[in-house]
Amino acid sequence: MVYGVLRFINFAHSDVLMLGAFAAYFLAPWVGHVFPVSSYAGALVVILLAAAICAGLGMLIELLAYRPLRARPKLTVLITAIGVSLFIEYACQHRAVFGAQTRPFPPLLPKHDLHLGALTVDSNDVATLLVTAGLLGALWFIVQHTKAGMAMRAVAFNDRAAALMGVNVNRIISLTFGLGSALAAVAGIFYALRAPGIDPLMGVQPGLRAFIAAVVGGIGNLPGAALGGLVIGLLETFAGGIPGLSNYRDGIAFAILILILLFKPAGLLGKSQVEKV
Amino acid sequence: MKHWHGWISLIVLAGVAGLTGCKPSGGSDADNPIKIGEYASLSGKEANFGISSHEGTLLAMESLNNAGGVLGRKFQLITEDDLSKAGEPATVVNKLVSKDNVVAVLGEVASSRSLEAAPICQQNQIPMISPSSTNPKVTETGDYIFRVCFIDPFQGTVMANFSYNTLKARKVAVFTDVKSDYSKGLAKYFKESFVKLGGQITAELDFNGGDKDFKAQLTAIKASNPDAVFVPGYYTDVALICIQAKQLGINVPLTGGDGWEGEDLVKIGQDAVEGNYFSTHYAPDVATTNSQKFVADYQKRFNGKTPDAMAALGYDSAMILADAIKRAGTTDGPKVRAALAATKNFDGVTGITTINEQRDATKPAVILQVTKGKFKYLETVNP
Amino acid sequence: MHTRAKRFLILAILVAAGVSAVSAYFNRYYLGVAIDVGINIILAVSLNLINGHTGQFSLGHAGFMAVGGYTAAAITLAITPHLSGSPSVVLSGLLFAGSLLAGGLLAAIAGLAVGIPTLRLRGDYLAIVTLGFGEIIRVVLQNMECVGAASGLSGIPERTTLFWSFGLAAVTVYVIGCLVNSTYGRGFIAVHDDEVAASASGINPTRYKVTAFVIGAFFAGLAGGLFAHHKLFLSPTNFDFMKSIDIVVMVILGGMGRTGGVIVAAIILTLLPEFLRPFAEYRMIIYALLIILLMIARPQGLFSFGRTKAA
Repeated sequence: MVYGVLRFINFAHSDVLMLGAFAAYFLAPWVGHVFPVSSYAGALVVILLAAAICAGLGMLIELLAYRPLRARPKLTVLITAIGVSLFIEYACQHRAVFGAQTRPFPPLLPKHDLHLGALTVDSNDVATLLVTAGLLGALWFIVQHTKAGMAMRAVAFNDRAAALMGVNVNRIISLTFGLGSALAAVAGIFYALRAPGIDPLMGVQPGLRAFIAAVVGGIGNLPGAALGGLVIGLLETFAGGIPGLSNYRDGIAFAILILILLFKPAGLLGKSQVEKV
Repeated sequence: MKHWHGWISLIVLAGVAGLTGCKPSGGSDADNPIKIGEYASLSGKEANFGISSHEGTLLAMESLNNAGGVLGRKFQLITEDDLSKAGEPATVVNKLVSKDNVVAVLGEVASSRSLEAAPICQQNQIPMISPSSTNPKVTETGDYIFRVCFIDPFQGTVMANFSYNTLKARKVAVFTDVKSDYSKGLAKYFKESFVKLGGQITAELDFNGGDKDFKAQLTAIKASNPDAVFVPGYYTDVALICIQAKQLGINVPLTGGDGWEGEDLVKIGQDAVEGNYFSTHYAPDVATTNSQKFVADYQKRFNGKTPDAMAALGYDSAMILADAIKRAGTTDGPKVRAALAATKNFDGVTGITTINEQRDATKPAVILQVTKGKFKYLETVNP
Repeated sequence: MHTRAKRFLILAILVAAGVSAVSAYFNRYYLGVAIDVGINIILAVSLNLINGHTGQFSLGHAGFMAVGGYTAAAITLAITPHLSGSPSVVLSGLLFAGSLLAGGLLAAIAGLAVGIPTLRLRGDYLAIVTLGFGEIIRVVLQNMECVGAASGLSGIPERTTLFWSFGLAAVTVYVIGCLVNSTYGRGFIAVHDDEVAASASGINPTRYKVTAFVIGAFFAGLAGGLFAHHKLFLSPTNFDFMKSIDIVVMVILGGMGRTGGVIVAAIILTLLPEFLRPFAEYRMIIYALLIILLMIARPQGLFSFGRTKAA
């Protein structure tokens, strides 16, 4: 998402995801005074607050580290992003911040199993799916049907032309960062709900997956990114389920990805662009 | 384009400049403290284990110094963080050995990182003690490399005996983390011993450490109708496995090794881990005077935190080293090595420890049961 | 000019040999870090050929390094037991050179395999493919029992000395420098600057891209071999995605396509974490901050003086 608009890999995205989970971790007991623990209302408040905090943080990172380099080559910003990512990770591992130890994540949602015939489904998984679908819909609406969304698409297409048309590019990019970060925070919280141990490096793996999903789906293409995420998840699960191959799971997922890219170089749903001469 | 070859000479100059003025310093003065090097994963993926181990070592050094040190000299612990990253241990241990001139090195928890540092200690004739690397390969590096914990084959055997004799299980399913060498090793030795005792392995299934969904494999395990399930994994995975096993109606006990030990097992697994068993190096509630004093000191020093096995082993590694230096009467590498190799019946917090010919520790294991959210000491198994 | 360059090459190798001969008197820690510097120079300069000069974005350099490192180590380990007694310095040197070369060649073959997809991909998509390649190598190594699988390959004899490390670094700089400055090599830069214009002037961009990958991979393989015989222990996690990133940082910080700058960046980024050791737990935080500040202060690369590319 952020990637599509700005055309660079935001390495710090995975760390925002981690910060989201930690924000929820610290907010949960506090919200617990107002709402009963493990209630939907309480969870909603926690998630909204954590998303808001991360949106703010995302904008702050953009302002301090990326904006000064706006006019610079993409790769310069990439290194800065790696720097920001390392900084967040190591700063959070410091004793005075979060510490490097894993912390248990509180059960935010009431948990019960739904039995559908022979299938047993965890209520958290259902909630994750519903929220994902809801957020995707909302994001789709924002990007396609609001003024800000139109501006985002304009900036992604050609930022100079957008500026000439009266779009405040800085504000739009900042907004994009905020939105992307808020989503990362929500993702972080749901990730933590499924695997309730959080630590400052928890974002690295999902972050890498997210990046791959975005590329596979087609950069800057929202349904594409969602489809990419789905493909990656399914591939890894299937490869993991085949006896004897489970060791090679990560390798297989990457191998299939490479194949996809070889045959669809612009991603699954990406439009192949004709090289401009 | 005429400048680049100038850089070549610059590289060389930089190389020479970096090297000058670093002659190895002479022997240590009697007034100087005894320098002990420690490398640990204080940050990164495996920081949980590294920090516990480091705290145990630190506590040992402090209490030794409060008691006046050994040979009339105090200890100075020099700790380096290896970031849980491959490639780092070699650099930091080189630094400890060559720049800080330590007399011995303590570390690491993870076998792969111990293996990386071991050749350097061996070459420099500096004794190295790993507190808790259980892979047999570590001490095979050479005669300067020791460990103070038992190794995987012993632990697998202990759990097989326990399942057969105490739990009276005859049919056991094994659920292995194929990503981890540790898990594969434990599973192998467990299966061998259990079959030798006359038991039957009903199902063998795999998972990948870090997985979140184990239901497919657990369904197969349930179908094989075992008396117990052996899950040699790490606690974060094990907690999720216990939860999902309970959901699927697997009501037989789950058992495992020292990878289970971690406060999070209970915090994450909650009710689902109740009643399950695992073997480990140490139990805080075991009633020896050594252990009780250690628990009290540790809680006082580290804000009421209860020490885990890594902390206890970190503590013992430092204590056994100090004992060897005392017996050697010197800090000379080869002599300390000889004294370490001769360690017999050392009364540590993790039990009576003897260093055997393979420089591994021969010592008891303890079996713990999760009871009311706590790890409760059940029995001690002697080798 | 080439004779001058050659003189410098010979001089650099002689000095490396000379310093190496007395290296027994040096502190092993500084020596070890110095060897690391040499290895990183090889890695950064070779990646610079792919990323800087030719303008392809590769995130899989650690993968090539892994191929070379494991090959060289496996060969050394296979041959060493068959040597009767202790081999002479010359013999063991030759064997070491042979195993390094084999590692380099195998890495070059891997480079060829990765270079071919570049026919179709560019930019971020290429980055993903190279990243995926690096990860596949790592996963395969993790499952190869013959090289120790996940627990790593241990017992590698120590062969890498200051001479090998800096000698080969000088050779790398020389070869890649000469290559890029030759008539043939101007093609790399042409491909980087404007692919369409390059092919219009009769340059085959595909061939240049693949060549860049093969040569870059070869030197990365050499560096891997040096690394294996320096650290004496290999584990698949040595060569994960972060290692590739480290090398990319060196190249970009040095200024893409500027050999001198990349060398200095490699030296600085190897030494910096060591100098920061006294700060203990603040070390990596400071390191990360410095990278951010350096990039904001000198976005065109640390050392953009010297050669300036035609704008």
